[in-house]
Amino acid sequence: MKSMWQRAGLAGAALTTSQMALAEYAFNLQTPASKVAQDVFHLHNMIMLVCLGIFIVVFGAMFYSLYAHRKSKGHKAAHFHENTMVEVVWTVIPFVILMGMAYPAAKVVINMKDTTNPDMTVKITGYQWKWGYDYLNDGVSFYSNLSTPREQINGQVQKGEHYLLEVDEPMVVPVGKRVRLLITANDVIHSWWVPAFGVKQDGIPGFIRDSWFKADKIGTYRGQCAELCGKDHGFMPIVVEVVSEEDYKAWVAKKKGAATNAAADNGKIFDNAELIARGEKVYAANCVACHQANGMGLPGTILPINGSKVATGPIDAHIAVVLNGRPGTAMVAFGGRLSDAEIAAVVTYQRNAWDNKTGDAVQPAQIAAARGGAEAAAPAAQ
Amino acid sequence: MTDAVHAHGHDDHGHHAHPTGIMRWLTTTNHKDIGTMYLWFALIMLFSAGTMALLIRAELFQPGLQLVHPDFFNQLTTMHGLIMIFGAIMPAFTGFANWQVPLMLGAPDMAFPRMNNWSFWLLPVAGTMLMSSFFLPGGAVAGGWTMYPPLFIQGGISYDLTILAVHIMGLSSIMGSINIITTILNMRAPGLTMMKMPLFCWTWLITAYLLIATMPVLAGAVTMLLTDRNFGTHFFNAAGGGDPVMFQHIFWFFGHPEVYILILPAFGIISQIIPTFARKPLFGYASMVYATASIAVLSFIVWAHHMFAVGMPAAAQLFFMFSTMLIAVPTGVKVFNWVATMWKGSLTFETPMLFAIAFVCLFTIGGFSGLVLAIAPVDIQLQDTYYVVAHFHYVLVSGALFSIFAGIYFWLPKWTGYMYDETMGKWHFWLSAIGMNILFFPMHFLGLAGMPRRIPDYALQFTEFNQIATVGAFIFGFSQLIFLAVVLKAIKGGVKAPARVWEGAEGLEWTVPSPAPYHTFEVAPVVK
Repeated sequence: MKSMWQRAGLAGAALTTSQMALAEYAFNLQTPASKVAQDVFHLHNMIMLVCLGIFIVVFGAMFYSLYAHRKSKGHKAAHFHENTMVEVVWTVIPFVILMGMAYPAAKVVINMKDTTNPDMTVKITGYQWKWGYDYLNDGVSFYSNLSTPREQINGQVQKGEHYLLEVDEPMVVPVGKRVRLLITANDVIHSWWVPAFGVKQDGIPGFIRDSWFKADKIGTYRGQCAELCGKDHGFMPIVVEVVSEEDYKAWVAKKKGAATNAAADNGKIFDNAELIARGEKVYAANCVACHQANGMGLPGTILPINGSKVATGPIDAHIAVVLNGRPGTAMVAFGGRLSDAEIAAVVTYQRNAWDNKTGDAVQPAQIAAARGGAEAAAPAAQ
Repeated sequence: MTDAVHAHGHDDHGHHAHPTGIMRWLTTTNHKDIGTMYLWFALIMLFSAGTMALLIRAELFQPGLQLVHPDFFNQLTTMHGLIMIFGAIMPAFTGFANWQVPLMLGAPDMAFPRMNNWSFWLLPVAGTMLMSSFFLPGGAVAGGWTMYPPLFIQGGISYDLTILAVHIMGLSSIMGSINIITTILNMRAPGLTMMKMPLFCWTWLITAYLLIATMPVLAGAVTMLLTDRNFGTHFFNAAGGGDPVMFQHIFWFFGHPEVYILILPAFGIISQIIPTFARKPLFGYASMVYATASIAVLSFIVWAHHMFAVGMPAAAQLFFMFSTMLIAVPTGVKVFNWVATMWKGSLTFETPMLFAIAFVCLFTIGGFSGLVLAIAPVDIQLQDTYYVVAHFHYVLVSGALFSIFAGIYFWLPKWTGYMYDETMGKWHFWLSAIGMNILFFPMHFLGLAGMPRRIPDYALQFTEFNQIATVGAFIFGFSQLIFLAVVLKAIKGGVKAPARVWEGAEGLEWTVPSPAPYHTFEVAPVVK
C-alpha cells in the first residue's frame, strides 16, 4: 500500500512539474531541497489525490442527480429518508481512508521533531524587523537585513529579480550537514521559514524552540517571516546559502576576520565625516524602518529624531536611549545589537543629519564608557 | 410532518401602546423586529468589512506599495477579520435564529424578550467602538484578529478599545445563546419533540452551547491582555514569568469552537433548503443531529492544530493531528446526507437552492483543504500562508456567507410578504459564485508557492495569481450591490407571497401568512 501511495505521489509530482514547465504559474509546493521537505511534498500530493478522488465520486453523484432528477424533466420525488446500512458504510470508509493518511504523516512528524545528533547549531533570533544569527560552534554572529532598496518598494525604480527576498548578510551553511536551529525572538513572535527545507518554526520571546534541516544541494534558498510581527512583517526575508564544506570554512574565516576588524574599530578615533558616512549605513539598516529616511518618525506612534530634544540635547542622554531603548515602547535597546563603533557612528549621524546640525562627533570610547556606566548602574536598579 | 392548528387572523395586541419611529426599534421586544435589526446590522458590517477587503486586494494587485502604508494595511486585515466574524456572520445567524426559531417551534416569541432587546443593542455599541478606533491616534488595531501578544501589547489606545468591544460582543452572544437554548428547550409546540424539530433549531441549540462554553474563555484571554497592557501584569510576558504561547492556547480553545459557531447554523439553514427544493425529506435526520453534536464535542480537543508551527512535543502534534482528522468523518456524513437528499428528488433551482448547492460543493473544497492542513507536516509548510487564507474563506464565504444568502432568499418572502426578484437573485448568485472562486482559488497556489499571509507587498513570482484574485475580489464585492437591491425591492413590494412560499416547504413557519404577522402562535399549534 505504501509503495502505491509513493507512486501516486510521484505521478502527482510529475504532473505538477510538467504543468509548471508549461506556464510560469506555480501550482504546488516549492521544489524540495531536503528529505523532510521531500516527504512533505509527497504527503501533500498523496492527500490531494485522495481528496480529488472523493470529490469526483461525491460531486459526480450530485451533478448526475442535478441533471437526472430535475422536476423540469418530470422526475417524481422518491420518499426514502434513511438507510442505516448506507450511513454506516459512509461513516466507516472515510475513517479507514483517514487512517491510511495518518500513518505516513505520523512518520514524518516524528522525523521532523528529532533534533538529535546535529553537526552544527545555529541560534536564530527574530527582531522587529530583521534576523540575527549566532553560530554556536564557530563563533560567528551577525544580523541579516532586507537589502531591497526603498526606491524599488515605492515604485521609483524597476524591481530586481529577488525583490523582497534578498538580504545584506545571508545565513551560510555547509551542504549535507545536519544543522540544528535554536529559534527565539527578541520583541514579538516571529517565524523562521524556508519552504525548500520544510522548516517553519516560530520564535517566541523568552523561550527557545528547536528545529533542524539538512540541505541536499548547494544553492541559494529564500524564505520569509511567517508570523505577523508588526509594520514591516513583510520586509524581513530569510536567505540561506548552502555551500561546500571548504567554502563554508573560508566564509567562517572571513567572518571572524571581519569581527576582529570590528573589535579593532572600537578602539579607534574617527573623524566626523567617517562617522557620519558609517552612521548613515547603520541608520539605514537599523533605524529607518521606524524613524524613516527623513528622521520624522510616524505621527502618533514613532517619535521623530529630526529636531528632537534627544538628538540635539546632551550627548550622554542620546547615547543612553540608543543603548538601552525605551521600555514599553517600540524603541528597543541597541546595546546588545551594535558595536561601540556602530553606535558612535549612528549617534553622530543622527546629531548631524537633516536639521540637527549640532557638529558633534561621538567616539567609540564614549560608548564603551556609557556601557560601563550602565552595567555599574544595573545592580543598583535592582 | 406538521398539521398545525393556527388561529388568530386578528391582532390582539391593543392592550399596550406601540411606540413609533426610532423608539419602536429601541424598545422593541418582538423577535421579528429584533431579528430584522440583527440582519441589517450584519449587512452594514458586511459592507464595511468588505470595503476593507477591497482595499487590501487593491494594494495587493501588484508588487510594491501603492495605496496604503504597511501599518494601515495591517489595520485593514485585522479589522476586516474582527468585523466580519463578530459583526457580520455571527449577528446574521443570530438574526435568523430570532426570526425563525420561534416560528419553527410554534412559540409566540423568544423566552426572554427584554434580554433579547439588550443583546441586540449591545452590538451597535461594540461596532461603533471598533470602527471609531480608525480615527484614534495610531489608528485601529493592527495585530491581527487573533490578537497575539506580545505584538498586541505594543499598540495604542485602540487596542484597549477593541478589547472592550470584544467583551461587549461576547456578552451579547452569551445572552443571545441563553435565550435560544431556553426557547428551544421550553417553548416547542405540543407534540414537537426534540427529534422532530427542524434541523436549523438543532444546529442553533448546539451552537448556543458552544458560545456559552467559549465566550467566557475569550473574555478571560482578552482581559489578561488588558491587564498586561495597563496594569503591569505579566501573563504573557516571559520576562515576568509569563508565556506568550499560553495566550494562543487559551485563544484557540475559544477559537476552534468559534469556527463551528460560524458554520453549524449554516449547516442548519442548508438542511432546511435542500429538502424543500428536492421535494423530499432530509436524508438521515438523526445522523445529522449526531454528526452536529460530534463536531461540537470534537471542536474542544483540536485547538492546537492552529499552533503546529509554534512548536510542541511530537506526541502533542500527533494527538492534535489525529483528532483534527477525525472531524472529517461527521462533516463527511453531512455532505453525503445532503447529496442523498437531492438523489432521486424532484429538483428545482431557485436562488436559495443555487446557493445551497454551491455551499455543499465549495464548502467541501474548504473541508478538503482543512484536511490537508490537518496533516501536521504539511500544515507546517502552509501555516500562515495564503493557503490558510484560501481555506478559511472557502469555509466562511462560500460556507457561512453563502448559507446566509441562501437563507435570506429562502425566508425573505415570509418576512416581507413579497417574492424577491428571481432574475436578479440568479445574477447575484452566478456573479458571487464565479467571483468568489476567481478570488480565492488562486490563493491556494500562492500559499503552496510560499507567499505568507498578512503582508502588504510580495515577491515578483506571486504577481499573476494576486492579480487574478484582485479581479475576482472586485467582481464578488460589487455583485453584493445586486443583493442589496434585491432585498430593498422585496421590501418595497412585488408579487404577493403565499403562506407556503415554496412548493416543497415543510414546517410551522409556512402555516402563518406571509408576511408573518407581528404576533404569531399566540395559541400554540399542535404537531402530530
